[in-house]
Amino acid sequence: MSSRRSRISEEEINELISKLQSLLPETRRRGAGRASAAKLLQETCNYIRSLSREVDDLSDRLSALVETMDNNSAEAEIVRSLLRS
Amino acid sequence: MESKSSDENCNNPNSELHPSKLMMASHFLRALFRIQHTTTDSSFAGRSRKIRRAAYASMAYSVGTKRSWSSALLRKLRSRSRLRSPNPRRAKYAALPGKPRVARPQQREMDQAQVLRELVPGGTSMDDCRLLEETTDFVRCLSTQVRLMQAVVDSVSI
Repeated sequence: MSSRRSRISEEEINELISKLQSLLPETRRRGAGRASAAKLLQETCNYIRSLSREVDDLSDRLSALVETMDNNSAEAEIVRSLLRS
Repeated sequence: MESKSSDENCNNPNSELHPSKLMMASHFLRALFRIQHTTTDSSFAGRSRKIRRAAYASMAYSVGTKRSWSSALLRKLRSRSRLRSPNPRRAKYAALPGKPRVARPQQREMDQAQVLRELVPGGTSMDDCRLLEETTDFVRCLSTQVRLMQAVVDSVSI
């Protein structure tokens, strides 16, 4: 895999960084100015870990609930809530 | 594929009805219904594991091979299903994201990019630029999957 780093402009890197930053929950509260790269990476790692933990927790909850699921109504409700969100 | 056109795919935050989001939902729901009706390993822990696996599978299948992270995740999922082993030691090398088995006391010393590489599927073979792009896409899909699972919980918990 050839390294494309020399052909990626600083502008493109900044764009990638700000796109990522806009996804992270805490950085939205921060004032002007981009966080340092290291801080951004750290927050990204924390965010990914917290999302993974949520997947684990929600899997446990669904495991308990799945016996009570009614196929048709659950699916309709989910599609509706996705359209709303 | 230019990065701009791939923006119109999974990644447009304004596209709530994006096909890949609906694919994710339908794949996950179908997997849930299969799990609901399965008789093998119907323990709480067994079901929870299967549901967790279904979550990552629906993320990966909805994006397919368009991204490195999804391709890497698909490979992991397929190698795990071939193993079909309940032995946790065997499953370790094909671990799904987010389940570090050992605490990492050295983390502060490590390069944060390296930490991130280990959290994003396929990350260890990416250069920094690719890592940023893939991470952004992965985080978007992962947060969509979390919202989807929350929606299912909410719909069932009336």
